[in-house]
Amino acid sequence: MDVEAPLIAKKAEAGQFVIVRVDERGERIPLTLVDWDKDRGVITLVYQAVGLTTRKLSEKKEGEHILDVVGPLGNPGAAEKFGTVAVIGGGVGVAAAYPRAKQLRQKGNYVISIIGARSSNLLIFEDEMRSVSDELYISTDDGTKGRKGFVSDVLRDLLQGGRKIDYVFAVGPTVMMRAVAKVTKEYRVKTDVSLNPIMVDGTGMCGACRVRVGGETKFTCVDGPEFDGHQVDFEELLTRLNTYREEEAMALERYVKRGGGED
Amino acid sequence: MSGKPKLKRVPMRELEVSKRIRSFDEVALGYNEEEAIAEAERCLQCKNPKCVEGCPVGINIPKFIRHIRNREYEEAIKTIKLANNLPAICGRVCPQENQCEGRCVLGIKGDPINIGGLERFVADLELSRGFEVPEKAPDTGRSVAIIGSGTAGLTAAGDLAKMGHNVVVFEALHEPGGVLTYGIPEFRLPKRIVKAEVGYIEKLGVKIETDVVVGKTLTIEDLFQEGFDSVFVGTGAGLPAFLNVPGENLCGIYSANEFLIRVNLMKAYKFPYESDTPIKVGSENVVIGGGNVAMDSARCALRLSQKNVTVLYRRTEKEMPARRDEVRRAREEGVNFRFLTQPVGFLGDDRGQVRKVECIRMRLGEPDRSGRPRPIPIEGSNFYVDADAVVVAIGQRPNPMIPKTTPKIKVDERRGTIIVNPETLETSFKGVFAGGDIVTGAATVISAMGAGKKAARSIHKSLVK
Repeated sequence: MDVEAPLIAKKAEAGQFVIVRVDERGERIPLTLVDWDKDRGVITLVYQAVGLTTRKLSEKKEGEHILDVVGPLGNPGAAEKFGTVAVIGGGVGVAAAYPRAKQLRQKGNYVISIIGARSSNLLIFEDEMRSVSDELYISTDDGTKGRKGFVSDVLRDLLQGGRKIDYVFAVGPTVMMRAVAKVTKEYRVKTDVSLNPIMVDGTGMCGACRVRVGGETKFTCVDGPEFDGHQVDFEELLTRLNTYREEEAMALERYVKRGGGED
Repeated sequence: MSGKPKLKRVPMRELEVSKRIRSFDEVALGYNEEEAIAEAERCLQCKNPKCVEGCPVGINIPKFIRHIRNREYEEAIKTIKLANNLPAICGRVCPQENQCEGRCVLGIKGDPINIGGLERFVADLELSRGFEVPEKAPDTGRSVAIIGSGTAGLTAAGDLAKMGHNVVVFEALHEPGGVLTYGIPEFRLPKRIVKAEVGYIEKLGVKIETDVVVGKTLTIEDLFQEGFDSVFVGTGAGLPAFLNVPGENLCGIYSANEFLIRVNLMKAYKFPYESDTPIKVGSENVVIGGGNVAMDSARCALRLSQKNVTVLYRRTEKEMPARRDEVRRAREEGVNFRFLTQPVGFLGDDRGQVRKVECIRMRLGEPDRSGRPRPIPIEGSNFYVDADAVVVAIGQRPNPMIPKTTPKIKVDERRGTIIVNPETLETSFKGVFAGGDIVTGAATVISAMGAGKKAARSIHKSLVK
């Protein structure tokens, strides 16, 4: 989805995100900045319509408005010349991996991208990723495209085969990032992961997004969203992500039942 | 008035407890005309009024009270608004007992005048009739950017607009008002009041831009480049403090900021009917802290859960910083208090959900830097309090967004506050002024207002010289 937001487009950097509120009754949710065009004043957001807010977003038609978009928030990702880097995206996170792959390549890195999804029909951003990668690998859980298995399996194969990788960036489902971090810890490759906890204000005021990193509590919105994958307490993050699971399901169900709009 | 002054204040009507705890409706109902006049008539009209000395913005209190007595309500509101742009808010949430009312001579033998109640009466009357926009100075051609639309920012904006400057306020959240909007609950400060008083500031010609995080969307340097002549930073104390004890990241543990933002700004108390933002309370709700934010959190938790709410505070009731009236109301509504109790950790179940607070008993020792007796843990006195929702309301620190993104602004590293020239409120970045909680650390609405007014005066001076 392209959104007109000239101030955000002007300041955006790879790794940052925006907070979106669709309508008056809406939640505030974070979405990674996938692309931006400073000249046209447009930002690109990608989401999967799984919850109420993303579903409402998916029902927006061209030319309609989103009530609030604020950003760019969080810190830009590490944009150094590492040498050979692996950029890993899973599920809707492939879109979030794209700006980082693009940026790391611009910095002169050799970019190996590994993208994956549950099944081939859910794989997104393949062409975009190919356009900013020196090598591209694909995996699907069910084997309908690329290697059968997980992105972390592809990474393991590469490392096992003796490929020298100097830096890994991973974004996607928390369990995927945990698996990637586990592999790279074994091979001692510096790894950043982009976390996706529950957020409310996104500017450091509420602490809903707090995570433990290296034994210290950090706010993902202002201290992250990228952290050293070897230091992140993924178990705690997974637990906290489930806080409102029942409420989220209930809100979506009510919305579907009433056929959209107000209650 | 004749004879001896009446020592008892005219009581303010309150919503009955059974109705309070089932809604977020305002609790204090305000004075009607008859009550306001009766209360105004108690005023001694001191020649040398102590109350004015106690008011951080110097409202001519005896004068506006005299106008109420004479039923000259328009004159009364004009008198207040010379010094205070947000009287319906201040009448409700100022800690008058420590300020104007605390100095009232009648308080020596009886009840001080209910100055806040009278201020609220005339302010509400004006709200119901519609504002009269005061005369503004001619356009100076100068523009000022205000960062943060809380009390300090709105006050500075209103005064600067009256002085003839073009003023734009930048707000990070989607609604203006700062703490007035996201922090103080509906039952203590209805949001229609905040909206109306923000509307008054806009009528003065102030533009409010929401969804702009200065430091991220725009920097202070960008603002100067865009042509602003001066900048005021009023970004408040938005960084929540945590206890830093084991288990604090369990599910069900909220900072007071998160809890109140969900309830007040996101309207989680209307979930799932009119709001998409959920909140979770339980049958045993615990609030940690003894200030107004703790009382607000406890009373929200009570309304949301209709179950047990317990406030844990490490000193005794006497040392609680919360307003007495709010403590009384919380108690009337059924909030429990456990004093001399300090949490030292949280225990959860196998799903990562908080279940118990581990506490230690405290005793009071010698006074500390704050002048209150220092709480000292009693070794070996640990015990457990059941909890399935916890709100940590032990204070807020200055919002680090501007200090972190503006290296030219000098900051007190330990307190996180912006350092200013105490005379002018100018920071180390020329042309950038700051005031309110971002300079003092978390304080009151009225002290932020005092700072906003002071900054407006010195910004004005720097622009027209």
